[in-house]
Amino acid sequence: MASTAERLSGMSYERTQTARVVDSGFKWLTWLFAIGIGVTLLTIAFQVAIDAIPAIQKFGIIDFITGVRWNPVEDIFGAWTQIYGTLVTSFIALLIAVPIGLGVAIILSEDFLPPKVQQPLVFMVELLAAIPSVVYGLWGIFVLAPFLQGPMTWIHQNFGWIPLFSTPPTGRGIYMASIILAIMILPIISSISRDSLAGVNPALRQAAYGLGATRWETLIQVIIPTAISGIIGGVMLALGRAMGETMAVTMLIGNANRPSPSLFAQGSTISALLANQFAEASGLQVASLMYAALILFILTLLVNVLAEYIVSKVEIKKL
Amino acid sequence: MTSPEITTSLAQGRSLTRKVSSKTIFSNIMTSLVIACAILALIPLVALLYYVIAQGVVRLSPQLFTQLPPPPLPRDNPQFSYGGFGNAVVGTFMTVGIASLIAIPFGILASVYLAEFARDTKLADVINFLTNVLSGVPSIVMGVFAYGLIVVKTRSYSAFAAGVALAVLMLPTIVRTATEALEAVPNNLRQASVGLGASNYQTVLRVILPAAIPAIITGVILAIARAAGETAPVIFTALFNNFWNLDIWRPTATLSVLVYNFAITPFANWQELAWAAALVLVALVLIANILARQIIRRR
Repeated sequence: MASTAERLSGMSYERTQTARVVDSGFKWLTWLFAIGIGVTLLTIAFQVAIDAIPAIQKFGIIDFITGVRWNPVEDIFGAWTQIYGTLVTSFIALLIAVPIGLGVAIILSEDFLPPKVQQPLVFMVELLAAIPSVVYGLWGIFVLAPFLQGPMTWIHQNFGWIPLFSTPPTGRGIYMASIILAIMILPIISSISRDSLAGVNPALRQAAYGLGATRWETLIQVIIPTAISGIIGGVMLALGRAMGETMAVTMLIGNANRPSPSLFAQGSTISALLANQFAEASGLQVASLMYAALILFILTLLVNVLAEYIVSKVEIKKL
Repeated sequence: MTSPEITTSLAQGRSLTRKVSSKTIFSNIMTSLVIACAILALIPLVALLYYVIAQGVVRLSPQLFTQLPPPPLPRDNPQFSYGGFGNAVVGTFMTVGIASLIAIPFGILASVYLAEFARDTKLADVINFLTNVLSGVPSIVMGVFAYGLIVVKTRSYSAFAAGVALAVLMLPTIVRTATEALEAVPNNLRQASVGLGASNYQTVLRVILPAAIPAIITGVILAIARAAGETAPVIFTALFNNFWNLDIWRPTATLSVLVYNFAITPFANWQELAWAAALVLVALVLIANILARQIIRRR
């Protein structure tokens, strides 16, 4: 007959033994999945790079990036048209979306509007980000393009001597892709800018008011400069999104294989190239598409890592 | 000094000078500018919702969900308004289902590690950073990845390949929302549970996860809605299928690819189906977002 103390210690000993195994097993399991996120990212990069090797060997880096011919029949692949289109559409999208997004962020972070109006507004701007890309493409083809045809034709007729507007608009082209991209990245810019503006220390605002500054003087000279790194981080994230956005762009850019200085001309982007050709590609074309995907991956990775870095720095500053 | 006349005139004087001052004019211009920005930002949303509903309801009927896509038909054909996209609805459930089966346990277990075992460590910082980077990877690159990993090896476009691509897409959203939800659970609960003699996994599975589940579900709902609407990763992994298909290793139709395929054709009955499918997708997104807000608000 064991004593109570012995039985108790025995019990607790047994329990800790099994519990310890299960417990550390559970912890290691969750560790495995957490590490799995990094492994997934690496696997993506690795997979795409490996499959691109035949094209990398054949065309090298310079020839592939500067080549303007993408010709599956002759097995000659150069992605400059698509790289150029990716950069130009993203840049114009930013040009349109940054001022509007910043304006929206200001209205959503200041007290211009009563909360009862402000809150649904926040929800609606967020909803803009949730609408599927392909639906934007559908809407762009059947609603936005016909709507813009008149004004754009007018611009072409009156300002056609400027190379930017030198071709007649057809409803598909760089300008359509850029406008639809601007709509799609607007919520990212406005929500991150809003967070940065709202995160500015209230004491700064009170100090500015105390010195007799008006609301707008405070905003322009104090609040926005303080929040600027967060806003830049948001703009960078939006740039990353714009460069990788696929469906709406594919449906609206026209998929030409030659770069043109005109915004009304049809163009292409890396993602549109992938969306159009992957399903019917074979041999060296698949490798070249993988190569293009790798370039897109690296471009967006650089922009996103920089953006994450800036945004994380801001979060530290806020504390 | 405190007589009402002086106060009034003072007030009037101030308001008078403010009215003509350049500061006031500047403020008013800026305020109208940002209001204009807000209106400008909402026009696309309102216009998009209006057109999707107006064009989508034309074909909205139960047969959309039970019939197969019709062949392209001219407007005067008596069969013009028949047909649906039942196979694409089933295909969307299949691909998103496979993605959810992979991404939800993966994401929640990873976030348990981040929030419970490694909170505020260097490793957690690194993984959080990688999660954000992963969420910035273009969705079409996820498709390229699944193509190289699965389609090339199995020599067939398949619902499974699309499921893997969508799982990678859903993962960062789930990890981020679940980690936030777990970190929001008060420490008292953990201490109480451990104080009662529970081990780590018991605490996590029976106490912490149930407490955080509403916020986790919110993230999962939003991730699922996003995956259902994504086209780029599906377009050359699941490809498309004009017929019913329940085999996860074969090409499969999805609603999003149907919108893409049918929108760019010149056939009116296919375009109408594209609008109807867009309406279904937008309705899904709207319901998911409203549901997510409701769940968060109830907490």
